Amino acid sequence: MPWYIAGPLIGLMVPLLLVLDNRQFGISSAYRHMCAAVLPKGKFSFFSYDWKAQKWNLLFVVGIVLGGYLASLTTVEGYSVAISEQTKLALGEWGITDFSGLIPTEIFNFSFLTTPGGFVVMVLGGFLVGFGARYGGGCTSGHAISGLSNLQLPSLIAVIGFFAGGLLMTYFILPLILS
Amino acid sequence: MKYILAGLFFGFVAVKSEVVSWFRILEMFHFDSFHMYGIIGSAVVIGIISIQIIKRFQMKDMKGEQISVGDKEMTPKRYIIGGSLFGLGWALVGACPGPMYALVGNGYWIILVPMFFAFLGTMTYGMIREKLPH
Repeated sequence: MPWYIAGPLIGLMVPLLLVLDNRQFGISSAYRHMCAAVLPKGKFSFFSYDWKAQKWNLLFVVGIVLGGYLASLTTVEGYSVAISEQTKLALGEWGITDFSGLIPTEIFNFSFLTTPGGFVVMVLGGFLVGFGARYGGGCTSGHAISGLSNLQLPSLIAVIGFFAGGLLMTYFILPLILS
Repeated sequence: MKYILAGLFFGFVAVKSEVVSWFRILEMFHFDSFHMYGIIGSAVVIGIISIQIIKRFQMKDMKGEQISVGDKEMTPKRYIIGGSLFGLGWALVGACPGPMYALVGNGYWIILVPMFFAFLGTMTYGMIREKLPH
């Protein structure tokens, strides 16, 4: 799907959720609601609220899983992501040679997970996504799409932070981990 | 049900446009293609136009209540620090929270590992947030 179709369709999530029930498009909050659901009430103020009132967010992420499944059913030939040749060369220097599928199976597999590099990528990476999203008050959907759509300066600062962290990782830390 | 359908639609588009792909995220951070910038940029343009229309016409939601889109608090520190930490994780996993769910739907079970730790990261933040600069 080309960017000029996918982008507007994703952008339409913003008015869709507002019109449905005055909800703001944002995905990472689902983790907060899960925490609120499993932690004892009253112990931590950040998780002491009526998470059931935010059930829509949990249903939404269930829908994303189903949407991913539906997409896989309609892609019988398998995914082959058409990234640029320059990126392939850069990734080749990190030892990535298999460009089939949506993610590199050379990195995302259970035996690499048990190595220090795999631990950093999947465990520390995941932790930073969850920790950083709540610390920064949102993720790509909440800040880069929802927040910028509402012309929020805080969201612009957060998005600049996303890229500062992402570029630092891509150019200085990931090469050390993967090559 | 309507939220499951909305999520399903988002997940489907995100996979079909390869937004969920680690390869696309790394390509974006290498500035080698317009694809991801085009998607985020055009999504924001549609979002801005939609919110302006909703505000201009003071539209109501399907329950008949006035739609209100609140402003975010201007506390720069948390956006700079939290945003940068998120960015480090984003490039490590090569996926942000939404796409991770879509990848699991595609049968990439290993993504449940970063998702579980994203859950733990969220929990850790909530437990120590009073000690963090905001």
